[in-house]
Amino acid sequence: MIFLWAFLVGGFICVIGQILMDVFKLTPAHTLTSLVVLGAVMDGFNLYEPLIDFAGAGATVPITSFGNSLVHGAMAEAEKHGLIGVVTGMFEVTSSGISAAIIFGVIGALLFKPKG
Amino acid sequence: MTHKNNNKKFEKQHYQKIQQKKEIKRPVIRNCFKAFFVGGFICLIGQVITTFYIYFFDFTEQTAGNPTVATIIFFTMLLTGFGLYDKLGQFAGAGSSVPVTGFGNAVISTAIEHRTEGFILGVGSNMFKLAGPVIVYGVFSAFLIAIIKTLFMKWMG
Repeated sequence: MIFLWAFLVGGFICVIGQILMDVFKLTPAHTLTSLVVLGAVMDGFNLYEPLIDFAGAGATVPITSFGNSLVHGAMAEAEKHGLIGVVTGMFEVTSSGISAAIIFGVIGALLFKPKG
Repeated sequence: MTHKNNNKKFEKQHYQKIQQKKEIKRPVIRNCFKAFFVGGFICLIGQVITTFYIYFFDFTEQTAGNPTVATIIFFTMLLTGFGLYDKLGQFAGAGSSVPVTGFGNAVISTAIEHRTEGFILGVGSNMFKLAGPVIVYGVFSAFLIAIIKTLFMKWMG
C-alpha cells in the first residue's frame, strides 16, 4: 500500500511544481527554491513528518524533503543546545543528499565527457 | 522628450500584445499528467530502495530516506553521464526536476559540462551554479523557521 501512496503523493508534488512552472511562469530554479521553502515551512508546523509516515519515499524523494530535513536537523540540535544549535545542527540530517551530489558530481566529471 | 517616451511606451505595449498573441500556449494539463506519472514513478523506485534499506540494513522508516537519496543520486549520475536524463527532462518537465534526481542532475550535469575548464576552476566552482539557490534559500528559510520555533517553544514552555 505504501508503494501506491508513494507514487500518488510524489506525483502530486511534481504536479505542484509543474503548475508553478507553467501557470505562474516561474523558472525551474525559482520553482525548486519555492518547493524547498514550502517543505521547510511545512516542517515548521509539524506537517511534513506525518506525510513521510503516510507516503514514505513519496515525501522523502521530492526536493521539499530537503527543506524539511534542514529544519529537522536544526530543531533536533536546538532542543539540546538552545539557539546556537540551529546553526550547528542545520546539515545534520541533510548531509547525505549534498555529499552524494558532490561526490558523484566529481566522479561523473572524471568518468564522462560533455555531450553536444 | 515626453513625446518620445510615450512613443516608446506605446511600442512596448504593442510588442507585448503581439508577443502574447504569438506565444505558444503551454499544454498545462498534458504537462501535469506527464509530471505526475514520471515524478510518481521516480518516488515509487525510491520507495523500493527505501524498503530494501529497511529490510536488509536496519534502517527505520524515518532514517531510510538518507541512504535512499544517496542511492538515487548515484543512479542519476549514470543517467546524466549517458545523456539519458536530458531526454527524460524534456518529456517530463517538473516530473524529473522536482524529485531529488533533479537536484542531482543539476549538480552532476554542470560538473560534467565544465570539466573542459579544469577541475578546480571548471568543475569545482561551477558545480552548484544551478543547485546553489536551492541550498542557499533552503538553509536560510530553515534558519528563520527554526529560530522562530525555538523561541516560540521557550516562551510557551
